[in-house]
Amino acid sequence: MATGVQRTVSDQRTVDAVSVRGLTRRFGDRAVISDLDLDIEPGQFVALLGASGCGKSTLLRILADLDKDVSGEVTVARRRAVGFQAPRLMPWKKVWHNVVLGLPGKPDRDRAVAALTEVGLAHRVDVWPKVLSGGEAQRAALARALVREPDLLLLDEPFSALDALTRITARGLVDELWQRHGCAVLLVTHDVEEALALADRVLVMQDGRIGYDAPVDLDRPRDVTDPEFQRLRAELLARLGVH
Amino acid sequence: MTTTPERTRVQPPPSAVETVTLASERDRRPGRVPRWVLKTISPIALIVLWQVLSSVGVLDTDTLASPVTVAETAAGMWQDGSLQSAVLTSVLRVLAGLAFGIVAAVVLATLAGLFRRGEDIIDAPMQMLRTVPVIGLIPLLIIWFGIGETPKIVLVGLAVTFPLYINLYSGIRNTDSTLIEASETLGLGWFGQVRHVILPSAMPQFLTGLRYALGTAWLALVFGETINATSGIGYEMNKAREFFATDVIIVCLVLYAILGLVADMIVRGLERGLLSWRPAFSGQ
Ligand SMILES: Nc1ncnc2c1ncn2[C@@H]1O[C@H](COP(=O)(O)OP(=O)(O)OP(=O)(O)O)[C@@H](O)[C@H]1O
Ligand SMILES: [Mg+2]
Repeated sequence: MATGVQRTVSDQRTVDAVSVRGLTRRFGDRAVISDLDLDIEPGQFVALLGASGCGKSTLLRILADLDKDVSGEVTVARRRAVGFQAPRLMPWKKVWHNVVLGLPGKPDRDRAVAALTEVGLAHRVDVWPKVLSGGEAQRAALARALVREPDLLLLDEPFSALDALTRITARGLVDELWQRHGCAVLLVTHDVEEALALADRVLVMQDGRIGYDAPVDLDRPRDVTDPEFQRLRAELLARLGVH
Repeated sequence: MTTTPERTRVQPPPSAVETVTLASERDRRPGRVPRWVLKTISPIALIVLWQVLSSVGVLDTDTLASPVTVAETAAGMWQDGSLQSAVLTSVLRVLAGLAFGIVAAVVLATLAGLFRRGEDIIDAPMQMLRTVPVIGLIPLLIIWFGIGETPKIVLVGLAVTFPLYINLYSGIRNTDSTLIEASETLGLGWFGQVRHVILPSAMPQFLTGLRYALGTAWLALVFGETINATSGIGYEMNKAREFFATDVIIVCLVLYAILGLVADMIVRGLERGLLSWRPAFSGQ
């Protein structure tokens, strides 16, 4: 274990969903994250962008408490849920069972059905995960995350394996679910348009810290043809080194 | 790459494309030979050939009894009850050995699979011992346990333990770490992870091990019973050898084969029931 780890879990909703001070993560000699600060307000939708290999997934894993070998101060909401790039459903459990896996008490089928209905999978409650399409599996994983009523939802490129059209549908679904549940979201994505369509705030990770942090003050639902959208898009792309 | 303004075709466009038919009405035509018929044709043909060779005299009856004689002998053994009691004795021995072997393998493999300390203490000796041919232990077992039921049950138990242990251990160790990670974020504790992730994921390999173990169990039993026994299929076979009764020997071999098949069918049934979640290839 690294030295100087302070890890607290917040109890009240009034404090931030994420509060990180001076976070550093090394792999060998190389600091992938160095002295990073980040706050996310409750209910805020934050998109995190950055070049491949810059440490986005590493940061997300730390916030999910999957990576404990860090130094710095990390405070996160106690109720968290994570969505990965792959759905990571247990193949040996029926879809509904996957959704409520890990919840205290007896597996509550009604609760699973309600969550699956919310993501449009009411007809897939009783099947094995192997028969789900890629998009359906990812939606089931989303239902599994939201059934935990998280205050913080961490998503690591959840739609990057989906085709362009399914991705747009899934994006609409996340928007809708976020508005309904009101949890803070940290979404890692490579898709600038996706970030601008969903987020209140976009971050770009650079050199192991947050190099760019800007609010997205656009009306919802977002309009891609809006000149302000286009301006932000150009700015973000420039930030990411694409011209 | 350089492109010329006017693209020239090297070849003229083909006037016809070669095609293959992937699906057509013809495939769905009823009246094709069912698979079970195809599966039974060749064994039946073999038995007919054997009978013909015996009847014609190519196969000497002292060398190998004919299928008809074998069937008559089996019927006789059924009527005097010796067949049933031999089968019962042998099956009970296998079941007892299997029970011991399964318990031992599950306990050892779970400890070795789940705990580093367990691996250090258990796995190395198990890997060493598994290279010892179980059959070679018979003399020792006789010295230790005499010639009663115990050495036979221990022999079967040992024969079962190793393949089961190896498979369950590697099944546990091959659990997808991304699923374990996911289960951690779902709030499953250690016990929940073992129960909902690690053991289910090891189940396919455990059943593979079980199928293999059943095979070795019968093998061990054949050896155990032919070397010294006063009852059981192997004993009947050994007794028949002294009288050159090839018909009885064949009956016993067929019994072993049938019991092996039944055991295999039970494991297949277990696999169908327990592994229906698996996207497996089942052949054409
Ligand atoms: N367990 C590990 N051991 C060693 N190096 C690691 C480990 N995990 C990540 N890294 C390194 O840390 C860096 C950041 O990885 P990370 O997965 O966070 O990148 P990312 O920003 O998510 O990239 P991408 O957009 O391609 O997913 C990479 O250079 C990677 O090689
Ligand atoms: Mg990543």
